[in-house]
Amino acid sequence: MFDNLPLWPARASTGAGNVDALYIFLLLLSGFMCLAIFSMIVVFALRYRRQHGHEAEQIEGSTALEITWSVVPLGIFLVIFAWGAFIFFQERTPPRDASEIYVVAKQWMWKLEHVEGQREINELHVPVGRDVKMIMTSQDVIHSFYIPAFRIKQDVLPGRYTTAWFRATKPGVYHLFCAEYCGSQHSGMIGQIVVMEPAQYEAWLSGGSSSGSLASNGESIFQQLGCVTCHRSDTQGRGPNLAGIFGKPVQLEDGLTVVADENYVRESILSPSAKVVKGFKPIMPVFQGLVSEEQLTELVAYVKSLSAAPTAGTKVRESKVQ
Amino acid sequence: MATAVITPERENYLNQEYGIKSWLLTVDHKRIALLYLVSITFFFFIGGFFALLIRLELLTPAGDLVQADTYNKLFTMHGQVMIFFFLIPSIPAVLGNFLVPLMIGAKDLAFPRLNLLSWYLYIIAGALMLHCICTGGVDTGWTFYTPFSTAFSNTKVVEAGVAIFIAGFSSILTGLNFVVTIHRMRAPGMTWDRLPLFIWAHYATSVIQLLGTPVLAITLLLVVFERVFHLGIFDPTRGGDPLLFQHLFWFYSHPAVYIMILPAMAVESEVIACFTRKRIFGYKFVAMSSIAIAVFGFLVWAHHMFVAGISLYSALIFSALSYLVAVPSAIKVFNWTATMYKGSITFTTPMLYAFGFIGLFTMGGLTGLFLAALGIDVHVTDTYFVIAHFHYIMVGGAVMGYLGGLHFWWPKISGRMYPEWLGKFAALIVFLGFNLTFFPQFILGYMGMPRRYWQYPPEFQVLNVLSTAGSTILAVGYVLPMVYFLWSMRYGKPATENPWNAAGLEWKTSSPPPTFNFDQPPVVDFEAYDYEHIPEVEEVPVG
Repeated sequence: MFDNLPLWPARASTGAGNVDALYIFLLLLSGFMCLAIFSMIVVFALRYRRQHGHEAEQIEGSTALEITWSVVPLGIFLVIFAWGAFIFFQERTPPRDASEIYVVAKQWMWKLEHVEGQREINELHVPVGRDVKMIMTSQDVIHSFYIPAFRIKQDVLPGRYTTAWFRATKPGVYHLFCAEYCGSQHSGMIGQIVVMEPAQYEAWLSGGSSSGSLASNGESIFQQLGCVTCHRSDTQGRGPNLAGIFGKPVQLEDGLTVVADENYVRESILSPSAKVVKGFKPIMPVFQGLVSEEQLTELVAYVKSLSAAPTAGTKVRESKVQ
Repeated sequence: MATAVITPERENYLNQEYGIKSWLLTVDHKRIALLYLVSITFFFFIGGFFALLIRLELLTPAGDLVQADTYNKLFTMHGQVMIFFFLIPSIPAVLGNFLVPLMIGAKDLAFPRLNLLSWYLYIIAGALMLHCICTGGVDTGWTFYTPFSTAFSNTKVVEAGVAIFIAGFSSILTGLNFVVTIHRMRAPGMTWDRLPLFIWAHYATSVIQLLGTPVLAITLLLVVFERVFHLGIFDPTRGGDPLLFQHLFWFYSHPAVYIMILPAMAVESEVIACFTRKRIFGYKFVAMSSIAIAVFGFLVWAHHMFVAGISLYSALIFSALSYLVAVPSAIKVFNWTATMYKGSITFTTPMLYAFGFIGLFTMGGLTGLFLAALGIDVHVTDTYFVIAHFHYIMVGGAVMGYLGGLHFWWPKISGRMYPEWLGKFAALIVFLGFNLTFFPQFILGYMGMPRRYWQYPPEFQVLNVLSTAGSTILAVGYVLPMVYFLWSMRYGKPATENPWNAAGLEWKTSSPPPTFNFDQPPVVDFEAYDYEHIPEVEEVPVG
């Protein structure tokens, strides 16, 4: 019902409506509070303006009132907190089978790569109705990936991956903004999100130029850099076998356990001695400065693909397109 | 109740000595307050000039008035000048410096020379900042986020950092002086529960200045060292973490918001009591709410970082704590409103500013509830919604408080009355101009316009034009008081000892006060806001 008012951006994702609902609730609540306080002030100012023969009545205060106007707002605040936290929890928990887009931000452009290998710059094509998860990193300073129509924003940091996800609901073209100040052309670091009907999207996907899937590119880097000599697909290698490890807990030399997620794989490539797997020696060379962010994402995608079911490549694709 | 008009010949802190040396080497807290008044006014107009250029650039979607790099420097230096060289010193260093000893019945602050040193540090810092501005400026945003500030910006980050580092020590010294003075120098009978709320709020502010500012100093030093010596503290390729900077920075810079707003609340408590002729409703709760704000204020810094890459659970905790700090602010607003009940209200200029303060601070506070809600913050953080929110607090709140306070105590400071009708007119202009400037920015923010954008998509233009129009009105509202205050120093009607018939020790000495404040050391045998025993003024004085 509010769609035609230019008070908010298009509502084009499953999450956008939830954010707007809380926003409208808060608008009404604040409107009511402002109205209550301001009308009280106006009434008092008129009713108790200085008049001859009238003196101010000294009132010390009222503990009962103080407690009321502390506890009641606190109660309301806690409701807002819980509501906001609930939305945030959803925003920060991507569905397990979301399809992945790798995002590399740099001064001043967005580079977006589909798992299938399509590369885009400052533009992202996605189908309606599919859960899409961005795995993002920056090549230089901090940026922030912001799509107002989806009500999502996540800072993109150098040196690690952060994630965000959405499910688009409405075909159209929406703004992509960099929301964290990043230097001269910060306001030029913008792009567009093109949301398409699934059929159109399939056509776009097959029509575009693709230079091989991320995982297969990652595999060839894996060969080139000689990773494969130690990380063998049997148990004889000097490094751990990487098949099936992604997303699983890994026992470390120092007794701790970590889950092998994107940040773990990344760190283990760039500074391998930070977390050494139990039973192995810290002999792997450091790759910090030797691989680009794009190569890193491809390597991560490759390691990930080693943990997918054998037929995952095609199967996942089918299940995602509804 | 003495009501005699003070003859101009009478010796006071202004005419006791003449000459530039008597000002530059003074240790009188009132003269130092005036030194601060002149210097922060200078920086206010520099910061305001930057703001006007920013608004003019944003009149059109294209970047056409200045270059992108210039624009980035403008908003950076607008923020740095306004925060570190105007807002943080504003009420404490001017009105606080002038009034804290007077209000508690002391001759001066505990450490008069330290007070002068604090002004000199401010001037050194300000000169360095001016040099930085004139020789190229800095473009990191006032927040200095790493690794942009440490490894990418080609501007004068080190110089700006050092300037703010030094300004921080000026602020620490003022806070230290206030804490010791309030503890040790109260007149006989001036017990803690008789202290004016102005003093309570300044005490809370001083504690924040003392505990928070050193962290800012350390953080800026780290940035400088990282930039010069490439230590790697914030550099992920060398095992550092850029988020560490944000934690350290906001650990000071969130409480710094309370350094700016608590003194404005301090002013409002005095003004509202005087012009309703009443003791502040719930004195103890208002006093304690200042302390609560100072304490809780240190526990909410990471609400600036909900999308920065902190964990889900730390975000939850900082969101919840942020709602706690909203309660004492709400308590103050409710108590001021309740004070008006059954009062005898006059609509003087300071009172108009107080009405404006309550209105704008309430809106600033309520929109803070939006930002503390995690799900909404994700959408509106780093947009114009945040810009509007903190300008409602810092300009709508702190600057309105500062201006209201300046009008209220101007007769005491200068010994002259300002033209009341012009004062009211300017207050109205400021209120209207402010709302026209900043209200549209809430809508812009929710529509998704990011902050720090030099150019923007055309659908945001209408609201930006409104905002720019408002800023020119606001500028008029800010220039007017400066003009008539200067005018009044020569032509204003001489002020009596207590032109508003206000309670409080500062009104029981002449206007302007003598160098050592009181001819007889005061003894306090009355409660704060003892309006029951003070007659109303017959006519509202006009200059």
